[in-house]
Amino acid sequence: MTAIPAPTAAATSARPLARFGRFARRNPTVLLGAAILIFFLGVAIAAPLIAGDPMLKLPTRRLQPPSPELWFGTDHLGQDVFARTVYGARVSLIVGFSVAAISILVGLVIGLFAGYYRWFDNIVMRLMDGLMAIPAILLAIAMVALNQGSIAIVVAAIAIPELPRVVRLVRSIVLSVRELPFVEAAIACGARTPRILLRHITPSTIAPLVVQATYICASAILVEASLSFLGAGVPPEVPSWGNMIASSRLYLARAPWTIFCPAIALALVVLAVNLLGDGLRDRLDPRLSRRL
Amino acid sequence: MLSYLAQRLVSTILVMTLVGIFVFLLLHLSAGDPAAIIAGDYATPQQIVAIRQRLGLDDPLLVQFGRWALRVIQGDLGVSIFSSTPVSALILQRLEPTLSLALLTMLFAVTIAVTFGVLAAWKAGRPIDRLLMGFSVLGFSMPTFVVGYGLIYIFAIELRWLPVQGYRALADGIGPWFLHLVLPTVTLGLAYVALIARMTRASMQEVLEEDYIRTANAKGVPARTMLMKHALKNAGVPIITVIGIGVALLIGGVVITETVFNIPGVGRLVVDAISKRDYPIIQGVILIFSGVYVLINLAVDLSYSLIDPRIRH
Repeated sequence: MTAIPAPTAAATSARPLARFGRFARRNPTVLLGAAILIFFLGVAIAAPLIAGDPMLKLPTRRLQPPSPELWFGTDHLGQDVFARTVYGARVSLIVGFSVAAISILVGLVIGLFAGYYRWFDNIVMRLMDGLMAIPAILLAIAMVALNQGSIAIVVAAIAIPELPRVVRLVRSIVLSVRELPFVEAAIACGARTPRILLRHITPSTIAPLVVQATYICASAILVEASLSFLGAGVPPEVPSWGNMIASSRLYLARAPWTIFCPAIALALVVLAVNLLGDGLRDRLDPRLSRRL
Repeated sequence: MLSYLAQRLVSTILVMTLVGIFVFLLLHLSAGDPAAIIAGDYATPQQIVAIRQRLGLDDPLLVQFGRWALRVIQGDLGVSIFSSTPVSALILQRLEPTLSLALLTMLFAVTIAVTFGVLAAWKAGRPIDRLLMGFSVLGFSMPTFVVGYGLIYIFAIELRWLPVQGYRALADGIGPWFLHLVLPTVTLGLAYVALIARMTRASMQEVLEEDYIRTANAKGVPARTMLMKHALKNAGVPIITVIGIGVALLIGGVVITETVFNIPGVGRLVVDAISKRDYPIIQGVILIFSGVYVLINLAVDLSYSLIDPRIRH
């Protein structure tokens, strides 16, 4: 499918700033989500510049409340909570983005073939039904508990339970698009199957997949934090938000900042990605926005 | 109807077989030697060889799977490595807290969510709708343990209205039982409320545009009757569906909520098993929880024709 050319005359005559203002007025949630996300991305990239050593343990400064020197205070091991929160953004964002990318790419390939080849479809969809029946966190716990915890294992353990949703989405799009005249025309012109799948069918899946990717990213960040919190996530010495909350949980009454600083950061990032997803969905996929 | 029932039952059995294969293969396809994993971190090579022989791990995979599946069907989920107690007995011991928490949460969440969703759809676009839907995005974004610790901090530590953690058995009286479950229920229910409220709103909005709703309004049916009797009944199928699908969310949440609130339920059983690498427990709990999830969704599928007589199979 080719996109309908945008009314370029009106768009180019307006100044960039005015265009941005109009975009912001129409999509306040996308803007807010993007702003928060960009902020955290910046923090994650610039972590060594803005924060001290997240692993430095000083017994002389245990459980200190937030102060002008130590913005988020220290935890029970005398570690700088601010530094750990800043470095924690790296873990969360890496896991979120890699899970989204991997599950979308793998799901797209499987979904394309499932939608196109009936025999493959039967096998794959049964497998996906089975995979969907296992609650995601439990499957991830089992996978991490069996292997030594590392970021790569955690990413795989979160991405695999997300696959069925992507496969089903892609497959349903393929099933409806393959009946459309332009696909028939391509077949009649003698286009080979890979070309049809790639050039004629894949473009229709991109908009819904972008929306799906944001939701998967948000849920992956949540699941990673949950797994770390339960002791089945990234190794305990890695400064991730889930690990921080888990190791400080006995100090909730004495040092609430050790829990609430990473917790608020986590909630903000997930909220930002969800807001972005809701905004993108309303723009890119009006059909979906009516359903949910 | 009967043939539909048979067809659904067959596909349920198929799905559960697949779940069984996945759970079985997880142990055998993982990086390490299953015998070494089962023996634990401190086992001697002789112990590992003994376990390998006892469990028949040298037999072909298919034979092993057959043997394992046969035992599972008879309710034998294996024996915990750490406590040498049958896994099924361990799960049964811890069923009451989990069941109490899950059922109370479903009751709480469905009531609140459907009310919110109906209200939001009725007042679509108005401030109350925006407030409720904003709350629902927030509910999706707040990690369960963040909500839990926030509630403990406010209501148990600062205000001292409710107990901090723990569980009281129903046998000790309904009062303490309920008080200990208030915060866990709200914690666990939040994401579930958000999910169901969004679906209720979307489904109700679609129904509210129908001609017969306009007719009902025109003939002077009170708003309450119109919403609950005319609209909600017709918007029911997607709502029930999402309640069923959301049980997966609930199961994941149970594991976390029980850890935050120190409730000795099935979820805690799994979490304790992680650090001990007590794999039979993890395997058994996954099978049970997946089975519950599949059965609930089977019940949901079968209930469609009860809610909406237009749906015939």
